[in-house]
Amino acid sequence: MSELRQEAKAIAEQFSDHTDVDPDDVEERLTTLVDEYRVPLDEASRSVTNSYLEDAGMERDELGRGGSEEVLVNDIDEDEQWVDLRVKLVDLWEPRSDSISQVGLLGDESGTIKFVAFETSDLPELDEGQAYELSNVVTDEYEGSYSVKLNRTTGITEIDEEIEVGDNADTVEGALVDIQSGSGLIKRCPEADCTRVLQNGRCSEHGQVEGEFDLRIKGVLDDGETVTEVIFDREATEELTGMTLEAAKDMAMDALDTTVVAEEMGEDVLGRYYRVTGPTFGRYVLVDEMEDPGTVDVESALIEARSI
Amino acid sequence: MSQSAPTREVARRVFATEFNDAGYTFTESDDERAPVYALLPTGESSNRVFFVGTLTEKEDVGEDSEYWRGRIVDPTGTFFVYAGQYQPEAASKLRDLEPPAYVAVVGKPRTYETDDGTVRVSVRPESITEVDAATRDRWVAETARRTVERVAAFDDEGNEYARMAREEYDFDPQTYKAAALSALEDLDESGDELAGDGSADDDAALGDAPDGTDPAGAPEP
Repeated sequence: MSELRQEAKAIAEQFSDHTDVDPDDVEERLTTLVDEYRVPLDEASRSVTNSYLEDAGMERDELGRGGSEEVLVNDIDEDEQWVDLRVKLVDLWEPRSDSISQVGLLGDESGTIKFVAFETSDLPELDEGQAYELSNVVTDEYEGSYSVKLNRTTGITEIDEEIEVGDNADTVEGALVDIQSGSGLIKRCPEADCTRVLQNGRCSEHGQVEGEFDLRIKGVLDDGETVTEVIFDREATEELTGMTLEAAKDMAMDALDTTVVAEEMGEDVLGRYYRVTGPTFGRYVLVDEMEDPGTVDVESALIEARSI
Repeated sequence: MSQSAPTREVARRVFATEFNDAGYTFTESDDERAPVYALLPTGESSNRVFFVGTLTEKEDVGEDSEYWRGRIVDPTGTFFVYAGQYQPEAASKLRDLEPPAYVAVVGKPRTYETDDGTVRVSVRPESITEVDAATRDRWVAETARRTVERVAAFDDEGNEYARMAREEYDFDPQTYKAAALSALEDLDESGDELAGDGSADDDAALGDAPDGTDPAGAPEP
């Protein structure tokens, strides 16, 4: 979608509670200003918004509640949605561009999400540790990670409330279709606070070290629509495969090869369905809990399929 | 990782009867290494599939080196999988398995043209594992649902793969929906069953799968 189209939709959306504004009409007006008269986009959208306000006999601050609904940050899974949040400002980072006034992390009980506020939006500064109601923020997506952008229509209300920040726990279900390299019996760097996985006995930070054995599975759950990468730590791997670290070491010792462990694990888990829950870390879900989805309820599956 | 990370291809859920009709392949770019997709007749691209069925037969059809062919049967037809020296784990799995057995397969669609010009669709497995009846039942239910969903979206505006399917194929998507629903109905009636109770063989006889007796027509490994 073009930038103009996006802006036009956003403007139309803001009016949706008050009066009927056609995004095509908005886009046309924006195009005239931007393409013909060389007006910068933010000035153009301001002026177009104002003209609609005037037509409707509204004040600017009546705008902006339209269309957005309160959501939990971890439920955000779509680009360009207008949403309201009840969040605590968890962390502020150093802006890397002059156009950004504030950037950091917002959190609610479901987890945390990155936010960005721009200089041009002229918003009051947010304070770390403070809880806010933010109305009318826009979701954004980059390589599967979501963030929210504050904008000039965003309403900021301090609230006197303690918000417990969650860990972005997600539940995913699907068939385990792959076990990635670096799974099975691995060695980790023993240096304090370094848990890097060794490659050929070397830590990328500390060089040649005497590694410590560990178990993990980096797997892929696939439900036919989306793929999710999941990591089973030692405890979860032992539960999943029934193979303990000791048994894995013995097996590798007998074979004089550590890769047999991941192969053996693959026999037991590939092609089976699992439902796992755990915090998300980048593109991975770290498995805290897992269950076998068990026997499928054919009757309800049939009813559902017939109703599609 | 600052470049856009290559995303892993989803494993589509598709019954054998539809998969075997997916003879048209395409790429989305001119890049030599661009992934090849088989076009599912219900209007979806497929670079990978996941299926669960009954391995009914296996045979080493290789001449110089081992080249295993397995027939894997679902409620609608037969999947053909081929594994040779470049799929050592899958090949050794096929060598070891005793039919009949429920197996789960993750793999890539491959097409080849026989001497008489028919296009056959087979699977080059990434993994083959032996599973239980509950896993098979779940797969049938899931695949029925995904199939019906694809058929329901077939006439959606902007469904580019459906448009492609209309251009490239002369199949009625409703037949795949009917096959999916009847697979689910059979599951509802049969309840739990054990591998090798004979029903799979009946299903195989009903399927419109190719006879699969021509190693000469086998795809390149």
